[in-house]
Amino acid sequence: MSAGNGRRRGPSWTQRTRRVGDLDLIVLEMGRGKPLLVLHEELGCPGPLAWQASLAKSRKLVIPLHPGFGRTPRLEWISSTRDLACFYARFVREQSLAPIDVVGFSLGGWIAAEMAANDPALFSRMVLVGAAGIRPPEGEILDQFQLTGQTYLRASVLDPASTPEFTDLYGAEQTPEQFEAWEECRAQTARVAWQPYMYDPSLPHLLEGVRGVRTLILWGEQDRVVPRSAAEVYRRAIRGAKLVVFPGSGHRPEIEKREDFTRELERFLG
Amino acid sequence: MQIMWFTERAYHEADDEKNLALEYEVIRKRSFYGTPNTYFDPKRGAELLNMYLDEKVYSEELGAFDALMLNEHHGTPFCLGAVMDVEAAILARITKKVRIVLLGNPIPTVANPLRLAEELAMIDLISGGRLVPGWVRGAGSEQLANNANPAYNREYFEEGHDLIVKAWTEPGPFRFEGKHFHFRHVNPWVKPLQQPHPPIWIPGLISPDTVRWCARKRYPYVALATYPEPTAELWRIYAQEAAREGYQAGSENFGYMQPLFVADDQKRAEELGKRYLFGGHFAHFARPEWMFPPGYNSKEATARMARQFANPNLPGHTMVAEWQENEDVGEVRKKIYDRFDIAQQDLQMIAGTPDYVIPRLKRVMDVLRPGILSFWIDGPLPRADRLKCLKLLATDVIPTLRAYARELGICDPFERKPGSVPLAASGRVEQVAWPELFASA
Repeated sequence: MSAGNGRRRGPSWTQRTRRVGDLDLIVLEMGRGKPLLVLHEELGCPGPLAWQASLAKSRKLVIPLHPGFGRTPRLEWISSTRDLACFYARFVREQSLAPIDVVGFSLGGWIAAEMAANDPALFSRMVLVGAAGIRPPEGEILDQFQLTGQTYLRASVLDPASTPEFTDLYGAEQTPEQFEAWEECRAQTARVAWQPYMYDPSLPHLLEGVRGVRTLILWGEQDRVVPRSAAEVYRRAIRGAKLVVFPGSGHRPEIEKREDFTRELERFLG
Repeated sequence: MQIMWFTERAYHEADDEKNLALEYEVIRKRSFYGTPNTYFDPKRGAELLNMYLDEKVYSEELGAFDALMLNEHHGTPFCLGAVMDVEAAILARITKKVRIVLLGNPIPTVANPLRLAEELAMIDLISGGRLVPGWVRGAGSEQLANNANPAYNREYFEEGHDLIVKAWTEPGPFRFEGKHFHFRHVNPWVKPLQQPHPPIWIPGLISPDTVRWCARKRYPYVALATYPEPTAELWRIYAQEAAREGYQAGSENFGYMQPLFVADDQKRAEELGKRYLFGGHFAHFARPEWMFPPGYNSKEATARMARQFANPNLPGHTMVAEWQENEDVGEVRKKIYDRFDIAQQDLQMIAGTPDYVIPRLKRVMDVLRPGILSFWIDGPLPRADRLKCLKLLATDVIPTLRAYARELGICDPFERKPGSVPLAASGRVEQVAWPELFASA
């Protein structure tokens, strides 16, 4: 389930299968309440994480495992992040979830932004965390395809040693199972985001047309994966979007600045 | 038996001190790939590329080689042949009789199969029908060097291959709309001289997927200096797949490349043979993130690799550099040279006088019965020694090997068309390799 090897904390996920077209999409669920769609990052779905346990007290987390990223089978026709976004738009419509709140991390943030750009009616609130998808005007998105999965992961947090959840998940020696899981995710990320690398030049333009989606952008100030300058582009492109930057955090404020992150998220989602 | 020789056309400085600086950089990077091209001196590059072409011409003049083999790599000092077809086109014109064997064009990184079809057709035409094209997926680093999506590597390879063969064999204009390649007007006005198309050989390291694909296409598979026992296993996999296609595989379906160095003097040969291990054996200096970019390997290969980065050319060792970033060049060289005796013993390198190398090459032939045999001569070697090695091969080694090939009943792909021997009515698959003879000798 998790690409990490750490201890579980708090409540656990329930695994469900949802039919989308001719695919059985694996969906992890957690908690009770109004559904919150969670779109995971490019190296899979780590956890359950503490922020999820906290949110799960008042919300039902709906965490689909992206097709081709390991457990949900790959769909041959998905060859771009936009394809993936269209697939999830269908999922949200057919499960009668719209308008739903969404939080997306890194690649998952890009998917959420694509969905909003294509059909704002899918979402009521949108949270983008260190979202890929936009070419940063300053700096470059870290090239995960020229790094091992493990090196990329380590670069995603500012200080692995002082990030307990990171150590729980990834602190030990890489296991063969982890390696296989990461390689599966990396291969599918390459299929959808090889070129242009982890962004789509049309996305900021399409986002300018989004109305009615309250948007919160969360970013680690020292994000080495997606430079902070991309956050500003997101903020300017999405009408009314609010940007919160966490000092002392890298690409994963959800585990690096867990309390601040959870507070911001809960306040925004209400 | 088709006999050819190969060298990577490595970049070496003539000046020892400059060369040492380059070697330090490779060790610091723990990779040939990725060494900054600021170390490349164009004047030296020009000298070397011409020297390598001259060697090819010289070896033809010796009259013993059937073919000359080229390959292609990008962004690395161990191979200056970044666009192999340029060299092949020159050889097509300046050589007379030898076959020009390209092992091979990396279809996924060239990314324009129609252009490849045209280039290769021109080489075949200019050479008077002496081209043997071959295709590869390209090493992992080649995908990065050319920004070719590694996750689609095998798809590019197979689809590109299909388009090239179709462009050569089907009347144009026609329309090709694949998953990855789209050409709505295919009508190349250069087609190969050899009809319906030049013979195709495919090189490989250890991928069973590629071996099975070759067997289905009836293309000879040329194993690139892989360890004899797993190579014998690949032959068996090929023969099983061939049987499913209804034919019996034989020596005409198999080729093998053997690292080798010959000199008049045993000590000299060994001293120079060691240099292959350092300068020619790229697996000593390769980083996993560049060798295996995401999706480049099949799921099965990834699962195997998750448990062991096994090196097909060096049993007991991994595919990745085992050195630290700041190790002393002399120390690293010593560690590699310390393996030389084992490499000799395992026939991963055969360095010696003609009398020394002949029985060992015969043993390789006993085990693998290759219809195609390529000698791999590499490393920072003095030019006179390289030429001497080629000469000794021609005069003192190759004639004996040819006689032995006849004794063993080895047929090459020109003597017997690969895939032309029907499977026995009983369905029994004949033995194609004799790995037990490797250990016993």
